[in-house]
Amino acid sequence: MTPLLEIDDLRIEGQSEGDSWFEIVKGVSLTLKRGEVLGLIGESGAGKSTIGLASMGYARSGCRISGGSIRLNEQELFGAPHETLRKIRGVRVAYVAQSAAAAFNPAHTLNAQVCEAAVTHGVMSMDEALKNAKRLYAKLRLPNPETFGDRYPHQVSGGQLQRAMTAMAMVCKPHLIVFDEPTTALDVTTQIEVLAAIKDAIRDEGTAALYITHDLAVVAQIADRIMVLRHGTLVEEGPTGQILHEPKQAYTKALVNVRRVEGEATHRESGPPVLEARNLTAGYDRSLLVLKDVSIALESATTLAVVGESGSGKSTLARVLTGLLPPIEGETVFAGETLSRKLKDRTKEQLRRLQMIYQMPDVALNPRQKVEEILGRPLTFYFGRSGAARRKRVEELLEWVELPRDFAQRYPSELSGGQKQRVCIARALAAEPTVIICDEVTSALDPVVADGVLRLLLRIQNETGLAYVFITHDLATVKAIADSIVVMYQGEIVQQGPKAEVLTPPHHPYTDLLLSSVPEMDTNWLDAVLAERARRKAQGEKVLDSAGL
Amino acid sequence: MNAVLRLLAQRIALGAGSLLAVSVLIFLGTEILPGDVAQAILGQAATPEAVAAIRETLDLNQPAYIRYFDWLGGILQGDLGTSLANRRPIGEMIGERLQNTLFLAAVSAAIAVPLAVFLGLIAARFRNSWLDKSISIATLSTISMPEFFVGYVLIFIFAVTLRWAPSLASVYDSMSLGEKLYAIALPCATLTLVVVAHMMRLTRAAIINVMSSPYIEMAELKGVTRSRITLYHAFPNALSPIINVVVLNLAYLVVGVVLVEVVFVYPGMGQLMVDAVAKRDVPVVQACGLIFAAAYILLNMTADILSILSNPKLRHPRS
Amino acid sequence: MRNTPLSAWFGFTIIAIYAFLAIFGPWIAPYGESAIVGDVWLPMSSEHWLGTDNLGRDILTRLLYGAQNTIAVALAATLLSFALGMSLGFLAAVVGGFTDQAISRSVDVVMSIPTLIFALVVLSVLPSSTLVLILVIAVLDSTRVFRLSRAVAVDVAVMDFVEVARLRGEGLGWVIRREVLPNTLPPLIAEFGLRFCFAFLFLSALSFLGLGIQPPAADWGGMVRDNANAVSFGLTIPLIPAGAIALLTVAVNLVVDWQLNRASLLRGRA
Repeated sequence: MTPLLEIDDLRIEGQSEGDSWFEIVKGVSLTLKRGEVLGLIGESGAGKSTIGLASMGYARSGCRISGGSIRLNEQELFGAPHETLRKIRGVRVAYVAQSAAAAFNPAHTLNAQVCEAAVTHGVMSMDEALKNAKRLYAKLRLPNPETFGDRYPHQVSGGQLQRAMTAMAMVCKPHLIVFDEPTTALDVTTQIEVLAAIKDAIRDEGTAALYITHDLAVVAQIADRIMVLRHGTLVEEGPTGQILHEPKQAYTKALVNVRRVEGEATHRESGPPVLEARNLTAGYDRSLLVLKDVSIALESATTLAVVGESGSGKSTLARVLTGLLPPIEGETVFAGETLSRKLKDRTKEQLRRLQMIYQMPDVALNPRQKVEEILGRPLTFYFGRSGAARRKRVEELLEWVELPRDFAQRYPSELSGGQKQRVCIARALAAEPTVIICDEVTSALDPVVADGVLRLLLRIQNETGLAYVFITHDLATVKAIADSIVVMYQGEIVQQGPKAEVLTPPHHPYTDLLLSSVPEMDTNWLDAVLAERARRKAQGEKVLDSAGL
Repeated sequence: MNAVLRLLAQRIALGAGSLLAVSVLIFLGTEILPGDVAQAILGQAATPEAVAAIRETLDLNQPAYIRYFDWLGGILQGDLGTSLANRRPIGEMIGERLQNTLFLAAVSAAIAVPLAVFLGLIAARFRNSWLDKSISIATLSTISMPEFFVGYVLIFIFAVTLRWAPSLASVYDSMSLGEKLYAIALPCATLTLVVVAHMMRLTRAAIINVMSSPYIEMAELKGVTRSRITLYHAFPNALSPIINVVVLNLAYLVVGVVLVEVVFVYPGMGQLMVDAVAKRDVPVVQACGLIFAAAYILLNMTADILSILSNPKLRHPRS
Repeated sequence: MRNTPLSAWFGFTIIAIYAFLAIFGPWIAPYGESAIVGDVWLPMSSEHWLGTDNLGRDILTRLLYGAQNTIAVALAATLLSFALGMSLGFLAAVVGGFTDQAISRSVDVVMSIPTLIFALVVLSVLPSSTLVLILVIAVLDSTRVFRLSRAVAVDVAVMDFVEVARLRGEGLGWVIRREVLPNTLPPLIAEFGLRFCFAFLFLSALSFLGLGIQPPAADWGGMVRDNANAVSFGLTIPLIPAGAIALLTVAVNLVVDWQLNRASLLRGRA
């Protein structure tokens, strides 16, 4: 039997400033059998989305397919006339985008958009298409399948919208669906639901799929085979089990081994807490509290992880601790002193000893300042250093975060994401703080790079006895570096305690949901988790799922 | 629908508030002079008796806030005050001229709006083609030119050289509609050119902005035809920004009309206001200023209301 | 600069020529600024390259002097308008809260009156001196500068690096000067071109209405007004100064348009 999709030596170019073209995808070949699910994995810039779109004969503006061949059902798509491609798209091959909120037209109902391809291509009548859509809504476990599609996109939640988009792709029963990071934008407890729904739907409909993601653990649940891409070329390809358990290339090994950073189990003496929040209540409006009666205590030289999903109030906690958002009630005690509620009433010494690192290193560094200026300013501001002394200290700081000394003369735009985050760490260290608040510092980084940053933070802690408040949604990171854990949900603390205690059953039901929703590098993880949840529900235990939240 | 109604009520209240604030500002605008207004109006050579007479007419012996409330109260009752220059009631002077100005503006808008939207659609559809680029250069040049330059060029070509249209746009009550339209052909063309240029550029930008949305790419990837993408997916979402562009640019008419009336000696409000400024006839200037500002605020309010009404997220609130 | 389109080069060249004439005009001019040198509306000749005006003054001379007067006033008004608009805009963006609300709402009110109409109201009691003209144009125009600089600065002010500086304890001045300002310059530079065009056209319009730069000083808008009747006699005299105004604004707009396109192209790529 001939393969469904055959891509041979595909080359795609992107346009740079000044109209010159450079290759983004440098000769990638792949084949896909009917009904097979192929995972494309790689970090940002690997060219995986571009390849996914090319399999539909599509290139975004500013990109062009420049060579090779793309054959779907033995039909060549490269260079095919627009009308030919149009007739294939939506019918034979369909697309599921990362952001459903943007990919749905706000002016029309979900049904109108889900059924559009089937009706306009003349595959089905409107009634047939609607019937099929409702069947798919039910299969994708959407609430009230009969009436769900009468709503407008902004009237349903993100996780539901993502499933509605999967229904939209499946309505014409295409041979191939391209999934482009369909769960990346979702919270982890929502992701598991969507992932399970997609997996079942693909299996039942017998559709082949290209599943594009940066998360190996996610793709492991769904793909038969995996291709690892980097910088527009193929690194390694093989059955899912082989890639997970016997990776051949160094880069694949690094991908498989991410999230296995372990903090050394040093026994730290527990003294009085260095930073303590007492009964903090805060919000941007008295009627809309984002933080309700939150108390935490951070011991010196330890890491306190604050875990929660979007809307849990964890970032607001950071803003209150730093004084950016004055609390409505409660107080913050730092090194024995009660801190003023407002930032501008705090002393320079208090500010110096409490530093912060951010999620997006891109926007945390002033693009118009050189690294030397970025790192030098706190030295001048807090310690009055200048000239050669300042320059020398900047170089020491760079070395400390494992960057070359000559980076001092670079602008942020000349650094990679991981390097920028290291500069941010160095800037915090320049103030010689006692506590650093880390707000999702690894979330925007590719997994391998994120691991490096985590290791660096651990090393610095061991060397200096710094304490971290580590705010994250990523439980794998928590497992790696925390000494104690605070689990937050909708502005309240649902559970807190030493790491071992929080991570060992019995859990609070929400902690349990959160912990069990984190994808693991195991092809059976998803099925096992769902089976376990079903079993416990059948036994009458109280088990949360994201629908119950 | 509640959310929409509430927003509309808010917007209308805001419009009324702006109108009130603007009346204060226009009144204050003639009070900012450090010295004596009466002296300024008459000049240095004025006799003390004349100055006293003006002070009496303008009630300058009263404190400013009392004069403001008198003025505002009068306007609310339809009394715009009396001209300093000829002692006639201002309402009488403005009446017919306001009609003339509205006639000129309305005819220009009726030509300019469809033309601008059509050109904007064409330019966006054939983006970056030679057609788009030439339209772009042409409109950019028109925007850059002062209204009076466009006016005199048109006069020179069509009135003086070709003798197709009159150079002075005089209209009387006794003229038929056809005669009136002929008389205002050139001022109308001048206004249209200027307004079309602004409106077309923003329409093009609004359409291109909508066309680059992810849901347009999604439609393309569903194999929807180009014409269906334009009409079904892009148009409903482009409607609100285009309406906004159209109405806001009608505001250019408010300013443009003043200059065009002077160029073509057209008996409208703009001409009246400029003459009154030259004669330092403050009550007339205030009345004209208030009417122009009110028209402008009304247009802005209409733009916002239409854009609220055409927003699907507001029309279909989250249950 | 390799990819600079022809239109932008054209714009640059014209701007350079105008700048030269505005600075050295009075030295090049063949006659005195308001000297009557011949008959009314003489045609172009070797003595009077562009002919004479309604009072028999040399048009080329008036044009050269007018360049200096018109451009200088427009430039001064634009600079003042930027100083005012940017300071208020940055202040509103960085401080936020009540300060922002107070300034923004006041600007809204001023902007709800068309600029020309407001200027006419004010000029009905104020004398049309150069200083008054600069102040009126600058204050009215600064509302637009305020809007843009506030919007751009708000975008920058929410960036984490600004928060870092505030958390460090830096003062307001330092935050605005070192963190916000450098990142807002590119769009503001393009805006400067547009605002100059506006001030220049606005001044010309006022002069054309007889309320701008006062005679006998030469000024392009006023020259159009003085010679407007010549058109009826089939003479192109008023078109010369009007064309001079149009050419400069077209040139500036071409350069700004190229700048903005380039900026949006680079943004699209990021």
